[in-house]
Order: sequence, then C-alpha cells, then structure tokens
Amino acid sequence: MTSADIVIAGAGPAGIAAAFRASASKNVVVIDDNPAAGGQVWRGMARTPWAAPNAVFRFNRRIISADAVRRSLLLEDGEIRYGKLIIATGARELFLPFPGWTLPNVFGAGGIQALVKCGLPVKGKKIVVAGTGPLLLAVAAYLKKQGAIVPIIAEQAPFRKVFPFALRKTIRALALRASLIGVRYATGCWVEAAEGDHQVRRLRLRDGVKTWSQECDYLAVGYGLCPNTELASLLGCGAVDDFQQTSVADVYCAGEVMGIGGVDLSITEGQIAGYAASDQTEAARALFPQRRRAQQFAAALNKAFKLRPELQALPHGNTIVCRCEDVTFARLQATASWREAKLQTRLGMGPCQGRVCGPATQFLFGWQPESVRPPIFPARIASFLEEGTTK
Amino acid sequence: MSSPVRIFVNGEAVSVPPMATVAVAVMIAGRSSFRTSVSGELRGPLCGMGICFECRLTVDGESHVRSCQTVCRDGMKVVTA
Repeated sequence: MTSADIVIAGAGPAGIAAAFRASASKNVVVIDDNPAAGGQVWRGMARTPWAAPNAVFRFNRRIISADAVRRSLLLEDGEIRYGKLIIATGARELFLPFPGWTLPNVFGAGGIQALVKCGLPVKGKKIVVAGTGPLLLAVAAYLKKQGAIVPIIAEQAPFRKVFPFALRKTIRALALRASLIGVRYATGCWVEAAEGDHQVRRLRLRDGVKTWSQECDYLAVGYGLCPNTELASLLGCGAVDDFQQTSVADVYCAGEVMGIGGVDLSITEGQIAGYAASDQTEAARALFPQRRRAQQFAAALNKAFKLRPELQALPHGNTIVCRCEDVTFARLQATASWREAKLQTRLGMGPCQGRVCGPATQFLFGWQPESVRPPIFPARIASFLEEGTTK
Repeated sequence: MSSPVRIFVNGEAVSVPPMATVAVAVMIAGRSSFRTSVSGELRGPLCGMGICFECRLTVDGESHVRSCQTVCRDGMKVVTA
C-alpha cells in the first residue's frame, strides 16, 4: 500500500494542471492508464504545454475500484490511499453504430489521431474523416500534415450552425482552414454505411438528398466526446461546487469528466481543483471568471454540433451495436431498457463494460446505463486478493 | 533520436519507431485484423485510447492485452487472431 496527500486520476491537461498547482505544497501522485502524460490532446508530445515536475506520475495503471470511506483506489498492482482525490479521467469518443462500422480500418476520429501519434504511418492513405465537432477539422489537418489524402470531411451538422463557430475561432481556426486547402468540408453529411470484405474499402455517404459512394483506405469517424464518469459514479460523486469539489468530501472533479468543454476549460478547472485541494482558496477563486468564459464557449459549441435524428435510423436489424458481445440492433429493439437488454442479450457485459454501447444505446433508444460497480475495468483476480481490499 | 525497436508479429520481424505501440506495429506489419469477435467477425482497433478493447491480442503469452496502450519492447512476441 502507498499513500499521498493528493492523488489525481488522469494525466491529461486537467490532471497535469491540477498536479502543477497542488504539488507546490503537497505530495501528489498522478495515476494514468496510458504509457505517458498528456491525455488525448497532448498525446505523443515530447514536452506537454503544462508539466508538474514535483508530482510523481505512475503510468500504465488502471484504476479498478475505489472506496470513499477508506479513501483508497485499487490499482492492478495494489492500493493507494489519498487525503484528497482529484478525478480528471477525461472523455472518450462517442461512436454510433451504422452498417459496416465494425470492419477493421474503421477508427474513431480521435482514435486514428492517437494511433498516428503513436507511430502509425499514413502517407498516401486515403482517409475519410466523418462525424461531428471541431475535432474533425483538427484530425483532418493533422492527417494531411502526415501525408494522408483526405478526400472529404463529412460533418453531420448543417452549415448554418457550424459557420458562426468557425468565425468565432480566431487564428487557430484560420491556420487549420488554410492547411485544409484541397479538403472538401461537407456539412449536413454523414456516413450511411461502410463496405468491404475483411476491411473497409468504400463508404456510402449521404447529405439528406442524395447518396454516393466514396472509396477509402481508412475511415475516421467520431460523433463527439462523452465523459469518463465511471470512477466518479463509483464513489457516489454528485455535482461539484465552485471549487470543483463533489458532493463527496475531499473528492474533486476537473476537465472533460465534468462535461465536454475543451482543453482551455480543462486546464482552468484542473488548476482550480489543484489550488483548492492544497488549501490555496484565493488562488482558486481568482480563476472563476476565466472558467465562466470557457464554459460559455463550450455550451455554444455543444449546441452547434447537436446530433441529427437521421443518425438514429442508420443501423439495420443485423448491425452489431454491442461490439464485445456482438448484440445486434434487432435484438435490442425487442427489449425495453438497458437492464432488460443486458439480462436478455449480454449488452454491455463484455470487456469494454458498456463504454462504447452505453452512450450509443442512450442515443438510439434513450436508455440510461445502470449504476457502476467494481471492477470498473477488467481486472485479474490477483488484484483483489492483495491487502484485504476486497468487499 | 533512439534506434528503432524490433518485435515479432505472428513470427514475422517488424521494426517500429521508439515509443510505438503494439497496435501500430501490427498495422505496420500489414495486418488490419487483431482479434476474432464472439460471432467470428474480424476486428481491429477502434478507439486508439484503451477504452473499446477491440485491439486486444496476445503479447509474450499474456492474452487480452490492449495493443493500443502497450509500448513495443525489443524482442516482444505478438500473436493476432
């Protein structure tokens, strides 16, 4: 067993910013599932824009359980006790099922970016970028810079809603747009199906009026982000106060786990949580106006990229919705709730534990996944046999 | 810049940049399918960030390793479906 004044779950922008502010006066341990710091936004950077040299980082560590009374997290290789806990577990991509989405070489938009940052060469590859949100532009620009051919960005949101956002984004948007010369940015457009024998070869794209075929080597498709709330839910955390502290005493939340707001909001919330958890109340308070502005911007963005109802009609009866247990759309249509579907079909009972199909069925059927129970990540029995932490 | 790392994908040697993940090495080796699903479909990586578990395979005899979260080490032996 180890312990620290402050334990931070997640080494992305919010977690690093929190660690930087808190480690000035406290001993801080940051735990992350990934092999290096940076989260998704700063993945693969030799130097992240923010750093916390006084904090101890423990990578490749999955948090599999937590106990608010003992103030402990259970990792695969033992327990860590905390005085205060900052949850900065970030977000994952929202994936929506459509025919062919389970074919190899269909990736998330952020997913392919992560792979390229980890060394995947894409020079000369024809990659269609699709889905929704500002991430698509960033991903397409990044892929092009790496030598990929991006024939089209299929943005499901209609033009009029995207346009004001593009205007609001200042220099960065212009730079991105400039690097995108030659890429068709099709708004009100989405992938209806992916086709191919053993991997994706071509797509059927639709703009609401017509449907056409588009060849590709890879598809990068993401419908925005959804927060990784499993750890916060397991600890029973309710809404946060001004200092990012949840309804559970000494447990804070910061960054995308709070809702999707982008990197600037994550850094601000991380700093507030880091200051507050290390008793620097006034320094935390000074950042409140900055947080409010970032929240307003995030709210405008999320409104502009609202998902269109046509996407709910994409799956066919035989389209797989739960990729771990291969549960089809037709089988789910025959059930009435997340719970019933889980009992009848094993929906959400595979290794991803509903992280992919949970948000998807919420969009398709309006289902709410049930309460979170440990282990929150697949774990080995041995991890539970150590230090008497089993319950 | 440190030298490339060499691992074996289904017995075939492949050189990858330092800090490359196993998922990337498998794709550099020319493979897009990593595992076989419960109903027999071929699957490859989706999320690239350790969430979806579609990229899992066997690394040095250990099964169900998420290849997108595992950095290549010299001499590593990887087996796909």
